[in-house]
Amino acid sequence: MKKRFSSVLISAPYLVWMVVFILVPLIMVGYFAFTDPEGNFTLDYVADVARYSNIFIRSVWLAAIATVVCLVIAYPLAFILTRMSKNRQSTMLMIVMLPMWMNFLLRTYAWMALLGNNGIINSLLGLIGIGPFKMLNTQGAVVLGMVYNYLPFMILPLYSVMTKIDKSVLEAASDLGCNSANTLFRVIIPLTVPGITSGTTMVFVPAISTFIISRMLGGGGNLLIGDLIEMQFLGNSYNPNLGASISLVLMVIILLIMTIMNQFNDDDDKVLM
Amino acid sequence: MKNIISLRDIVVEFDDEDGARILKEINLDIGDKEFVTLLGPSGCGKTTTLRVIGGFITPNSGKVLFEGKEINDLPPHKRNVNTVFQRYALFPHLNVYDNIAFGLRVQKVPEKEITKRVGEMLELVNLMGYEKRSVQRLSGGQQQRVAIARALVNHPKILLLDEPLGALDLKLRKEMQIELKRIQQSLEITFIYVTHDQEEALTMSDTVVVMKDGYIQQVGSPVDIYNEPINAFVADFIGESNILGGKMIKDKLVEIRGKEFVCVDSGFGENAPVDVVIRPEDIKITTPENAQITGIVESVTFKGVHYEMIVEGFDFKWMIHSTKAANVGELIGLTFDPDDIHIMNKMDEE
Repeated sequence: MKKRFSSVLISAPYLVWMVVFILVPLIMVGYFAFTDPEGNFTLDYVADVARYSNIFIRSVWLAAIATVVCLVIAYPLAFILTRMSKNRQSTMLMIVMLPMWMNFLLRTYAWMALLGNNGIINSLLGLIGIGPFKMLNTQGAVVLGMVYNYLPFMILPLYSVMTKIDKSVLEAASDLGCNSANTLFRVIIPLTVPGITSGTTMVFVPAISTFIISRMLGGGGNLLIGDLIEMQFLGNSYNPNLGASISLVLMVIILLIMTIMNQFNDDDDKVLM
Repeated sequence: MKNIISLRDIVVEFDDEDGARILKEINLDIGDKEFVTLLGPSGCGKTTTLRVIGGFITPNSGKVLFEGKEINDLPPHKRNVNTVFQRYALFPHLNVYDNIAFGLRVQKVPEKEITKRVGEMLELVNLMGYEKRSVQRLSGGQQQRVAIARALVNHPKILLLDEPLGALDLKLRKEMQIELKRIQQSLEITFIYVTHDQEEALTMSDTVVVMKDGYIQQVGSPVDIYNEPINAFVADFIGESNILGGKMIKDKLVEIRGKEFVCVDSGFGENAPVDVVIRPEDIKITTPENAQITGIVESVTFKGVHYEMIVEGFDFKWMIHSTKAANVGELIGLTFDPDDIHIMNKMDEE
């Protein structure tokens, strides 16, 4: 009895935190999404979200591309990392983390300076007589910004599952007739599924709801859901009820996608075959 | 008997800058269908030797021959050899059945044959009914069996076992020793077994290879190794021993600490310095009058089957195993027969 009381006491601050900063805001989002400015129940705003389906599709699409690119870059990188000596591993990990020590806005501004029509890359290309290419204000630039900013979130979970793979398990695979490709597909990938799913979630979720990256690197023509939501609260088209509805729909989409991802996690044999 | 594996002048060095040698010119022939044990203290190079045969280490020089053909550059997955790893190294994402079927699936064996062969293996290692069980929910002994089945299902010509029983308790270890020997005899394949446990080596092996500091000390049958150890190290490592310095006066007569003893060994030359080994169980306790040596009992320890006594006398502490205990502080006599005195060349101290 005493023990139970003390465990409640210890968890109390976290419970309060969760209620005040997670549960209450969620309820408020739900409330605004289903009411009009006068506080009457309505489904109008939720139905209104359908008008922005092209923005939703674009957001999902760009975030998905960025996630896949992150995975393709991070997977071999994380694997190579685990093969290095302990000292080099920590140095390399620090280099991976280094950009995160700098302000997010600053990093994205730097890409604007690099990619602009009169930017550094086009100036250099101009010296050898190529270009200029339109790089800024394209979807490619948005994906690049997402990949650059969120790559560490893919590398770290992958790295942490890969370091847990016992080296003798890989030797066993080789002993049982696996060449490198077989070892990769039959052992390494199945064993790193938890890292793949958590890395994917950690990249996809912030990427789909970003608004700074698309604003700065995508110009006005590549609005994402994040921009749309921001406009409802801070922009000219002030409309918190619509903003809440869009947020709610976005949340449902993310939940759906995460549920699908977790299916792979539970039944990794299916990924294997 | 034809040789299945031959090692010729195998040298393995560490990659680091001092390049210390782990194996120093190992030469070894292993016969087909033999149960061979590599025995030695940790750091003697026994596991390295096993890994050279398995293909996980490429020797810096020397040749590995498989049925007479050099296989130095053949990677592990192309060798007709399978390994039971020290910590089993089972695939944690697969169940018992899929772990055992792994090698066959890689070789794209038809699923119907896989079912049959995995079934045979489950029967061989007594794990019927465990097919769907996750390997992470098995006991150490069961994981051990899965590891053995996973290796044997591929019908290797050689099975390498790297201290496979090290993590098991004594009773289970004894059971598995008998089990492994039974499996080896029923499948008629070569087992190469690494252990630091001399009793395990003597129980299971056809041939024991005693190693120390990257060298092979002695190769022979368990009986030979025990009864005719080639030097004091082997004698001491294979069972307890009393080792004394001595001098061979002439054939069949040895001098120990100024006293002459009749023995059965010859061919060491005259006045040659030798090591004399007498096994603790070969020393008999008698009255001081009838004894070759007298001594004071210093300690008596009950070991279950026998008592272990340390007797101080003749300027030496004698270890004696006997079913009868003497009293501490008592003066007793010790005798041994001429054929219990084992003479061996003095070991070169490195």
